[in-house]
Amino acid sequence: MSSEMASEYAVSHGKAKAFYERYERKEELQHQTHFCPGCGHGQVHKMLAKAIDELGIQNRTILVGPVGCGVFTYNYFDVGNISAAHGRAPAVATGVKRSRPESIVIGYQGDGDLAAIGSAEILHAANRGENITVIFVNNAIYSMTGGQSAPTTLLGQKTTTTPDGRHTATEGYPLHVSELLATLEAPVYIERVGLGDNKQIAQATRAVRRTVENQVRGLGFSMVEVLSPCPTIFKMTPVEAQRWVRDVMEKTFPLGVFRDRTKDAQPRQLPEAGPALEEIPRILGVDIEGLPEGNAHAMEHAAEELDLRVRVAGFGGQGVLLLGEVLAEAGLDAGLEVSWLPSYGPEIRSGTSNCHVRLARQPIDSPLVTQPTVLVAMNEPSLRKFHSSVRPGGWILYNGETFPSDCGREDVHVLAHSFTRVADELGDARAGNMVMLGALLEITAVLPEASIDAALRRLVKSPKWVALDERALARGRELYRESLQEVGHES
Amino acid sequence: MRKQLMKGNEAIVRSAILSGCRAFYGYPITPASEITETAALYMPRAGGVFLQAESEVAAINMLYGAASAGVRAMTSSSGPGISLMQEGISYMAGAELPCVIADITRGGPGLGNIAAEQGDYHQVVKGGGHGNYRTIVLAPHSVQEMADLTALAFELADRYRNPVVLLADGFIGQMMEPVEFPQTAIAPRQPEYAVTGTEETRGNLVTSLHLDIDDLEAHQGHLEAKYRRAEKCEVRAEEWRTDDAEIVLTGYGIMGRILKAVAAEARAGGLKVGVLRPITLYPFPKLHFKRLAERARVFVVVEMSNGQMLEDVRLALNGVRPVEFLSRVGGNVPSHEEVLGFVREQARRTLPAREPEEERMANV
Repeated sequence: MSSEMASEYAVSHGKAKAFYERYERKEELQHQTHFCPGCGHGQVHKMLAKAIDELGIQNRTILVGPVGCGVFTYNYFDVGNISAAHGRAPAVATGVKRSRPESIVIGYQGDGDLAAIGSAEILHAANRGENITVIFVNNAIYSMTGGQSAPTTLLGQKTTTTPDGRHTATEGYPLHVSELLATLEAPVYIERVGLGDNKQIAQATRAVRRTVENQVRGLGFSMVEVLSPCPTIFKMTPVEAQRWVRDVMEKTFPLGVFRDRTKDAQPRQLPEAGPALEEIPRILGVDIEGLPEGNAHAMEHAAEELDLRVRVAGFGGQGVLLLGEVLAEAGLDAGLEVSWLPSYGPEIRSGTSNCHVRLARQPIDSPLVTQPTVLVAMNEPSLRKFHSSVRPGGWILYNGETFPSDCGREDVHVLAHSFTRVADELGDARAGNMVMLGALLEITAVLPEASIDAALRRLVKSPKWVALDERALARGRELYRESLQEVGHES
Repeated sequence: MRKQLMKGNEAIVRSAILSGCRAFYGYPITPASEITETAALYMPRAGGVFLQAESEVAAINMLYGAASAGVRAMTSSSGPGISLMQEGISYMAGAELPCVIADITRGGPGLGNIAAEQGDYHQVVKGGGHGNYRTIVLAPHSVQEMADLTALAFELADRYRNPVVLLADGFIGQMMEPVEFPQTAIAPRQPEYAVTGTEETRGNLVTSLHLDIDDLEAHQGHLEAKYRRAEKCEVRAEEWRTDDAEIVLTGYGIMGRILKAVAAEARAGGLKVGVLRPITLYPFPKLHFKRLAERARVFVVVEMSNGQMLEDVRLALNGVRPVEFLSRVGGNVPSHEEVLGFVREQARRTLPAREPEEERMANV
């Protein structure tokens, strides 16, 4: 026998096709796995490879590997392979399966990976009923990192991080993942199996196949938990470790089927193909034909220096943001440069709301209006907050019968009126914002009425409200004109 | 030309779908939630996948899965959520998976507040996750750029097989401006590394694990070469009236907008002020700064953070010109007036006293 031949094993039972012939991704010893003698992973790998073979899904299978001793699944399985971050395999598998629903996505995880750091990901993947398969290998310990305690570590079990044994007072109780997930509605199949003797191994083989087959049939989330020996960390012989799992570990983690809804589950249909590419702009509402005509009521005559800076402020619910939006939308319709910026500051805390609107002929540099040419103050706190910021020569529109004398300024114009009451008389106090907008439009006299109408119809869907808002706008314009006559009369 | 008024956050999603993105995984957070909501509405209609994940940790790993499967995928979040995604971003950079992440920043550290701040610069631009990697970072300053740079982000992500972050503050996310979109949608080619569950892709492996030390060093060398290439080819910045600028103002996102307004007013007052606005924060436009330093006497960095981009400006200038710094944090914005006052102060200190223009004219 040559030395080369001596290094090869004769495979007596035939090797699953789903395994590579040689493990070429391994650095050395490419004819054997990296698993220690007596480790359960090797057996579970075989069961999974056999299931893939039997179901004829090798080309469709995508295996999502864990972090831990199972990390090298891609060295062995001749399928599509993805290596996930610690605990995240169910999230990664979700991302794969949702985009490639015709593929068979299998997550392979150990107990540290799945039950500790990945507890959120497994819980939610199961709860969503992702149509994936999860192979959960539970050996009650962190093996690859050298024997630290796991959520599944047994009470009293000594590990490097529970040197005196696991105590309920400090580490709580072993986590029963299968039982936990079986409380959820969505999972279709959950079973815990062992590798303690030939009978158990035969049952485990069937369970592994079943969880994969369920996915092939489109039934939904299926998981098999395999109680698995780790002779190296247990510091036992393979036979002792196998017996310990069967005789001791099983007492904490009883074998059995915790969920089987495969009979009732309806096979899922593959999603229909998405729309044609040409349809996408229309679906997104960005196709040119679907948009209102730009510059519909373009203001050819607008002055180059036109630069309206408006700050609108009031209580939440007064329609502050909508007022600004109608103004900006109308500006766009009129062919102007516009910006609309909602308040993003501490004033939100006091329940007030405000926005910055700019309309200009030239491109707008800063969308922030710190020195408005027009302040629309829909309540007194807003007036007090912003009145001193108004540019000299600018306007303050104040929603109140009497303008607080301590807010008065010689260098700005003021129109104070109970706009809300006016709106109430028109039919609904909530149209107060549009009465104020009407006054603003009449004062500034930069936007064509057609643009306001167009903007209103685009932003306000209910015809009843459009009608009310139109009356409100008209009334607001009148209020300003009336105020002029009053001034004229007085003078 | 027909434009429509739209929020920056909404523009991102539309642009993403037009760019062939067909998977969105996210977790709501102010001020980025409109992105998730818009994706929830449009992604399924476009034949794509939308899923609200249980956490940002899960969301980024779902992206890892979608990108592994060869699908253009994106997520969005804000500071605290981006912190949680850093693990997955590192894994994606390591595994060379493309994706687009929109970070609409808010105040920090910790829960901070929901007001706009720019304190995510370090964690995004310097790579908040572990290991030797970089993310390409684009910083839009308008709604139109939210759309345009999203499209660019998907291109760069594929070209460099690397996560690309769209870093915008809450203002740019929440504000509405007119925007226009391309009228044709893209169907990207399936990348050859993808694992799609077919015979052709069966041999593919997506992993960031390189157990052998020399193998990992070689892999990092390969990543590093990509980053060098990006530094050479992908630098983008906007210069506004820098030709004769003696004072160069610099800031990104909403600050870039404010700085232009300040520079315009400063110029009206006779100061030669220009604006250099980085559009790519990584790669940082170092050469732009070096070139402008030939004429400029002082650089003024304005941030809504505590001197994070300032470090990159100082590295780029390497001491050849003074760098002054103005910042507001916590959700406050350096106002036009505040910055203008600061610029005038710097001009007084730095520039030689000179006669006002009119007087000189009168003397001729």
